[in-house]
Amino acid sequence: MLGLGVLLLVLAGTLLGGIQFSDAEPTPKLALDLEGGTQLILTPRTTDGSSIGDEDINQAISIIRQRVDASGVAEAEITRQGQQNIVVGLPGQPDQATLDLVRQSAQMRFRPVLIQGEPGAITPDIARAIQQQQAGEEVTPIDPDAPAPTRQEVEEAAFLVADSNGDGTLSTEPAATPAHNSDMSWISEQLEYEYWALDCTDPANLAGGDTYDPAKPAVACSTEGTAKYVLGPTELEGTDLDGATSGPKLTPTGAVTNQFIVNLDFDSDGAAKFLDVTTRIAQLGTPQNQFAIVLDGLVVSAPSVNAPIPGGQAFIEGPNFTRDNTATLANQLSFGSLPLNFVVQSEEQISATLGIEQLERGILAGLIGLGLVVVYMLFQYHALGFVALASLTVAALLSYLTIAVLSWTTGYRLSLAGVAGLIVAIGVTADSFIVYFERIRDEVREGRRLKDAVDYGWVRARRTILASDAVNFLAAVVLYFLAVGGVRGFAFTLGLTTIMDLVVVFLFTHPVMQLLIKTEFFGQGKRFSGLDPEQLGASSATYRGRGRFGPPRGVEEVRVPHGKSTTPAAAHAAATPAAADASSPAEAGTEPGEVAGEGGDAVARKKKAKEERTPVPAAEGAFAGMSIAERRAAQRELEKAEAEVARMEGDA
Amino acid sequence: MMFSFARWGNELYSGEKSYDIVGRRRLWFLIATVGVVLSFLILLLKGMNLGIEFRGGTEFTVSNAATTSSLPATEVLSDAGVSDIRTAVVGGSSLRIQTEALDAERVEALRGELATAYGVDAGEITSTFVGPAWGADVTTKALQGLLIFLVLVTIVMSIYFRSWRMSVAAVVALLHDLAITVGAYALIGFEVTPASVIGFLTILGYSLYDTVVVFDKVRENAAGVTEQHDHTYAEAANLAVNQTLVRSINTSVVGVLPVAAILFVGAFLLGAGTLKDIALALFVGMLVSTISSIFLATPLEVVLRQREESIREHTADIHARRAAGGPVIELTTDRKGRTVRTAAVPVSASSGDVPDPDEVEAADAEAVARSVGRTNVVAGGHKGTAAQPKRKKRSKR
Repeated sequence: MLGLGVLLLVLAGTLLGGIQFSDAEPTPKLALDLEGGTQLILTPRTTDGSSIGDEDINQAISIIRQRVDASGVAEAEITRQGQQNIVVGLPGQPDQATLDLVRQSAQMRFRPVLIQGEPGAITPDIARAIQQQQAGEEVTPIDPDAPAPTRQEVEEAAFLVADSNGDGTLSTEPAATPAHNSDMSWISEQLEYEYWALDCTDPANLAGGDTYDPAKPAVACSTEGTAKYVLGPTELEGTDLDGATSGPKLTPTGAVTNQFIVNLDFDSDGAAKFLDVTTRIAQLGTPQNQFAIVLDGLVVSAPSVNAPIPGGQAFIEGPNFTRDNTATLANQLSFGSLPLNFVVQSEEQISATLGIEQLERGILAGLIGLGLVVVYMLFQYHALGFVALASLTVAALLSYLTIAVLSWTTGYRLSLAGVAGLIVAIGVTADSFIVYFERIRDEVREGRRLKDAVDYGWVRARRTILASDAVNFLAAVVLYFLAVGGVRGFAFTLGLTTIMDLVVVFLFTHPVMQLLIKTEFFGQGKRFSGLDPEQLGASSATYRGRGRFGPPRGVEEVRVPHGKSTTPAAAHAAATPAAADASSPAEAGTEPGEVAGEGGDAVARKKKAKEERTPVPAAEGAFAGMSIAERRAAQRELEKAEAEVARMEGDA
Repeated sequence: MMFSFARWGNELYSGEKSYDIVGRRRLWFLIATVGVVLSFLILLLKGMNLGIEFRGGTEFTVSNAATTSSLPATEVLSDAGVSDIRTAVVGGSSLRIQTEALDAERVEALRGELATAYGVDAGEITSTFVGPAWGADVTTKALQGLLIFLVLVTIVMSIYFRSWRMSVAAVVALLHDLAITVGAYALIGFEVTPASVIGFLTILGYSLYDTVVVFDKVRENAAGVTEQHDHTYAEAANLAVNQTLVRSINTSVVGVLPVAAILFVGAFLLGAGTLKDIALALFVGMLVSTISSIFLATPLEVVLRQREESIREHTADIHARRAAGGPVIELTTDRKGRTVRTAAVPVSASSGDVPDPDEVEAADAEAVARSVGRTNVVAGGHKGTAAQPKRKKRSKR
């Protein structure tokens, strides 16, 4: 309860603070379909008049989509219009940086690799190790469990390593004049600093956009963020390439193998430059014998060269090459071979496609749904339904605040699909309460005192809730990381509501139940409390000795429930065989939530095995209050009658 | 007396009332197979009605219109039988109208009609083709996500349930749910939009969520099933399904109510759009998920489990014992003619707990209470001290 209060206060405080001192808004930002935004129409144009094919446009769309997704703009819509145009819809009013990112032309360049390394940024530990190595000292091992360093620590560490002469400034000029493009002396202190500080595991750094001077060295990430590079100045421009194709590798005799390769075809100018490059780098060691193909600032491929390649014909092969990924690479190369620019045709405000009325109707639907759920919960669980209602209210409040805060801090935007996801979450959240309440009822049916039933029911319900929410959350995470556009926003909502569900059940519903069960109304299972042991058929009349049986143990006091032990409900109540769930006696000995050791297991199992062999009379409750002899007589009578019925049915 | 849910739940819990769900598995498997085959037939013969986001469509732009209201356009286009109309105001004075893909002749005709409706020159209206916003790469990525999810979730569930058979059964049930949902969607003929795809993807989580809850009870009931001789694995699983029946019904009602509200509001108050599509996919999917977690997942799990050596031997042993010593669990008919299980013994998981003396005594008393008057004794089941009545301590109550 306290935890939840703190959480709510922190969220509300963050939001209020954001509104007061920054540009946060009390309502979440909405996506393109509900709020409208800015629409850019771009036309790719080649500077040399060569034609642009279908594949090139698709490639351009996927490059723009990668830029937009990586820049953190949610729910952007990218479509193709007519033969040549690309329409980019951005929600709200995007800032200049985002617009520039979209409009930028995509260039392909071939650069020699100087350094290739792990994608992550440097950590203070690694910096220390490098310095020790340079000083010739013994290197202290790096603790793999060290906490992730802050950005500032990373920058300090990178500075320390890069500032090789120790003068406290980073020089931007190479230390010596480089002899050729693969010369390591291209690496200035500034460049080394950029390399160490670059974190290719951060999606924001995979947005692309080439900001480096082609005549200067550069640092870059691979497209998937699996490696980072220091690259020499540009050797060949994308336009030096005529085209690229993919296909199976042929043996010298012309037979088809099942290996796939990408064929590169340079124009005459390119062929000469390519021969120069390959002649030089083929003699160098790894990784300097590689050349990087940089498309839109990201390395799409960095093949190594083992011999000079004359004639302008080359192919790239690799152990992981398949039909699909070679085709993709060939498309990227062909696209990069075009001297392509995006011409902005128009940049206009666009109204919402669905409009606020749809959102209002959606919220109306949500309220109707919520109302129906509450009515049903009250019908099924009586007063417990109010607990469910309160929990749902808390969940709604929590989700709203979280979305509002996230929309301010991360640019999350709510689309109509997201709203639908939130409405659906009402049902999924309510299900956790159902699992919990049903478990409590099961425990009451087993004949537990109500207070214990809440504790033991919780221990078991908790496991089920955790397992099922884990499945939902897994679905959300996988969809979030692998999907794009609208699906991504939806996956986010799904994951968010799953976490909210857990937070509310753990920090609100269960503590509230623990408090309520101390009240007389719930604690004694009064009528309409939803926990009435009599109505739930609390089983197992207590044995009082001398062949006499007492009332069920579900109630605190030993009393005849409502003085009507002969009502159908009571008779039925006692009729439950209550095959004494072996874990009930067992668990009573431990604190709720505590898992006992192996030793207890054996005892419990033995106990259970014993009980399971014990047959259960059919309608034992009917005999409550009789002596053993009377019960035996009555039982025999009953069985005789049953046998008769069975025989008659058999005859029929 | 009125039908009481709580009472029905009690009877199901105790095993007093039991539906033989696992026993009739052949029937359920047949129904499920027919359902899936029908779905595939519908998909093959009727096909999916893909929306503009997948196929692309036609876009009209009305410039310098007197009004930017979308009403005239929707009227004109609806009258012409054009579906999937989305309008937006661009740059303050022009209106963008996107529709399903139309051929050149119709585009020409509609341009004229739109010009009249908006009181502008036909030259002010341009038309062009728009490509799919939901391109092939989006679909590929979503499918990739689906595959990775299936692999991961199979591993996670195998670890949680400590049984790969349970996760296989759950995943088969999931695929069944997905197939039926997509088939039903195609049959009803709603347009497939990104919203409906999102609906289908939600079913992934929901179907498994539901199955996990049922399987959790199965696992609990079937723990140590081979160490007793009262009931088979199938019977323990069947009891679990019966015991979670009330929860399953409550869950699906509670889950479907908000969805039904969206479907109602979406279909009747709005006519078309995102809400309706997502709600229909979810409505069908949630119902199918609940039904399959009861009728398909659990019986399938039992079939898989019975291939295990220990379970098979145990089942055979029980049948042999019953044949020799008379039934321990008998299905009889009570006075009202309902099928009643007279001596079903619910087994529950008990892993690692220490018995409390007070509770043990109470349990002993219960055991006595149960054994009293019972002539039908299980083979090998000597009750020892459990057969002796014990005095309950007053002070402890």
